[in-house]
Amino acid sequence: MTFPDVAPCGRRTALKAIAGGVATLSLFEASMLLPAYAADAKDWPADAFKQKSEADALKLLYGKSAEPSDKVDLDAPEIAENGAVVPIAVTSTLPNVTGIALLVLENPYTLAAAYKIPQGTQPAVASRLKMAKTTKVVAVIESDGKLFTASKDVKVTVGGCGG
Amino acid sequence: MASTIRVRAVAGAETTEVQSLIQHPMDSGFVKDANGQLIPPHHIEVVQFEHDGKTVFTALWGPAVSKDPYLKFSFKGAKKGDELKVSWVDNKGASDSLIAKIQ
Repeated sequence: MTFPDVAPCGRRTALKAIAGGVATLSLFEASMLLPAYAADAKDWPADAFKQKSEADALKLLYGKSAEPSDKVDLDAPEIAENGAVVPIAVTSTLPNVTGIALLVLENPYTLAAAYKIPQGTQPAVASRLKMAKTTKVVAVIESDGKLFTASKDVKVTVGGCGG
Repeated sequence: MASTIRVRAVAGAETTEVQSLIQHPMDSGFVKDANGQLIPPHHIEVVQFEHDGKTVFTALWGPAVSKDPYLKFSFKGAKKGDELKVSWVDNKGASDSLIAKIQ
């Protein structure tokens, strides 16, 4: 009864420290053993992601300009209540698709995401984007080395780029 | 430690559908915190999916991708029980990876 709390408390702290140590160690090991398949930040096209215009972003990303096509299908909501999470899906019936890009024209930087589509992967992707305000969204498909686009206006009620 | 990656890959007749959810703040660099200070950009840059030694999907993400990003795509050539390797790296150099079994 003289020291009811101190010992267990100390033991708990020690246990926590050990647990923390183990977690750190396993993280460390994981990074040491990181296999060759790891995503590489070198692949990230930093300049393309800093452009404010659609044409500049596409030129830096693909080195060419795009033309509209009815074979690109962009699925976006007409009204997005929450600009922080807007579901966007792109599919295409074009042949030999190698890339898909999504641009949100009224955002500080227009390019939101770019996807590489190797042979054998379907030309379709669904993800969620942030939109600062009501904006035109452009989906770009790279097919047979050419760029095709579809666009849609999304009305944003509450912006998703903070205030 | 729990992985930041949750992935569900289901083999169908022709294609395998992959859905993934990654825990990440995806700070855009334009949002201010409670003290009016800008929260610096912190977002995933590259996500890679690999099956059988071959990259089947690469996502390049800017800060406009939503928090805790969701992704869905499909690819051919995989069967139930195969491994799907997922990895990401962010603009601060943090990364995570996971090997999922295709269902």
